Amino acid sequence: MDMKVAKKKLGLKEKYRLMTRDLGWEPSYRTKDEVFPYVKYEGIKVHDWDKWEDPFRLTMDAYWKYQAEKERKFYAIIDAHAQNNGHLNITDGRYLSALKVFLQAISPGEYAAHKGFSRVGREFPGVGTQVACQMQAIDEIRHAQTQIHALSNYNKYYNGFHAFADARDRMWYNTVARSFFDDAMSAGPFEFMIAIGFSFEYVLTNLLFVPFMSGAAYNGDMATVTFGFSAQSDEARHMTLGLECIKFMLEQDPDNLPIVQGWLDKWFWRGFRVLGLVSTMMDYMLPKRVMSWREAWEIYGVENGGALFKDLARYGIRPPKGWDDAEKSIDHMSHQFMLGLYQWSFGTSLHSWIPSDEDMDWLSAKYPTTFDKYYRPRWDHIRKLAAEGKQFKNFGLAKLCQTCQLPVVFTEPDDPTMSCHRETSYKGEKYHFCSDGCQHVFENEPEKYVQAWLPMPALFREFEGDVGAWMDWVSLRDGQDNGDYVGSIDQRNFEQWRGLATSNT
Amino acid sequence: MTVAAIKEYVGVARDRVETFNGKQLVYASWDHHLLFAAPFLLYAAPQMSFRELVGGPLAALVQPDPDGAAIDWTQVEWLKSNQPWTPDFDRSLADNGIGHKDQIRFRTPGLTSLAAA
Repeated sequence: MDMKVAKKKLGLKEKYRLMTRDLGWEPSYRTKDEVFPYVKYEGIKVHDWDKWEDPFRLTMDAYWKYQAEKERKFYAIIDAHAQNNGHLNITDGRYLSALKVFLQAISPGEYAAHKGFSRVGREFPGVGTQVACQMQAIDEIRHAQTQIHALSNYNKYYNGFHAFADARDRMWYNTVARSFFDDAMSAGPFEFMIAIGFSFEYVLTNLLFVPFMSGAAYNGDMATVTFGFSAQSDEARHMTLGLECIKFMLEQDPDNLPIVQGWLDKWFWRGFRVLGLVSTMMDYMLPKRVMSWREAWEIYGVENGGALFKDLARYGIRPPKGWDDAEKSIDHMSHQFMLGLYQWSFGTSLHSWIPSDEDMDWLSAKYPTTFDKYYRPRWDHIRKLAAEGKQFKNFGLAKLCQTCQLPVVFTEPDDPTMSCHRETSYKGEKYHFCSDGCQHVFENEPEKYVQAWLPMPALFREFEGDVGAWMDWVSLRDGQDNGDYVGSIDQRNFEQWRGLATSNT
Repeated sequence: MTVAAIKEYVGVARDRVETFNGKQLVYASWDHHLLFAAPFLLYAAPQMSFRELVGGPLAALVQPDPDGAAIDWTQVEWLKSNQPWTPDFDRSLADNGIGHKDQIRFRTPGLTSLAAA
């Protein structure tokens, strides 16, 4: 007699196996090398792809459910923010510059990461890897989208948000982030994972997201806090994938160690440079500051990063080569960037300003060994020029680093009074760098970096120095998007609307 | 290895001199004068004399510094590619050996208005 047996529900582990590992069949029409042509040329040796563990064991059906729930919450808050004039709750219109940096440089980076993870998800042969990369690819495009939607509310009222995509591709301070992701995306799949999955998502992400999101919370920006929260639960998964990847490479074969270490050296330095503007955001752009860049570095760089590299030491990994130079620059970089942004503000899609007395006292308390000594005299002089009606504009533009594409605003690691000059020749052409770190990156792969599209030379090569034509091309509206915050349309509007919201006049 | 690639790979340098409309780039910086956030990027014809480069764009760019007006250009110490070097003011950039994307530096001992306090 047949007994009716209740169908057993699949356990999580079994479900994961069926929905992922069973996707990994052996190809019979083509060889594995033909199906996965990019997995060997970087020199990483893998003996057993099944050793790739995915501790989250998330399957697509569960993934969709979680994400859909988060989307509903996110858009409910964004709608409320729009309907209640949430933009008037921020501490001051100066805060908008931090958002403009984020939208122009970071959100397109999320999209670039999406493209990158889609690609490596296809290029890796291991199924666990493929599934994890696929989910991260969808996460990243969701992050780009939610950020753009959240910040589009500000675009209705303020300048500098309208053309973030043009700014991302063409604007001199944004090609820094663009080139970082282009560099990663044009690398092989393993290097991409170290670049984005490990260095960016694991080692450096806390230096980006924590300050930004706490900055948003401190400054009354509900929209940004919301997309931050919506992304946060994904980040935990991304960090795990990054760490899993590096351990996998190191455990598969001892020959992988020097390759992985080289990538760590490279991508730590690339990431440190690309995140440099965060220092300026924290020290200068937030009207209500969370902590100084130095304090953030102590927590997220020295403590967290230090613990991580201690943990990886058992594989033979040492801290990245540029670590000491990074440490030496911490008390200088935010000031160096802000001085640059201010003097080139005729060419930025965001506003900058001269710090107030109160700002400068805060900076000198947070940077007791550097601010008063090196940077206050410069700001005082710039303020004096402004009082005489001569706003300091540096039309000399800037020498850019061939690798990171930042203006060379940096000083010698051991001499803050000397600009850092580094140059080399390759096949008869001269190349300049901002640091030893960037010069090393170039010298390891010169054929890649000689092709860099550097925005300031391009102004002369493609526009013969015609700044007006260049502004049209980058969608920068002169007199609206650029210049000093004081006297800007953004300042006038924010103060007027806020006045209407908080008083009777 | 000059690049990690699946086959022979040769990059084309983007900023070659022939793409700059008959002119060239020159980088110039004033040592210990960091009011100017980075070395200047100058765009000049190789036939321009060194005197024109200094008296024209360079002298104009340094004016915002409180030491800007006090520079005695005949007393300035020069470096090219980080090596001491003596320019001939009446000869062209090309004759002075200032190639495309060369970095020149100058020093003005004694002028220290905005130097470290």
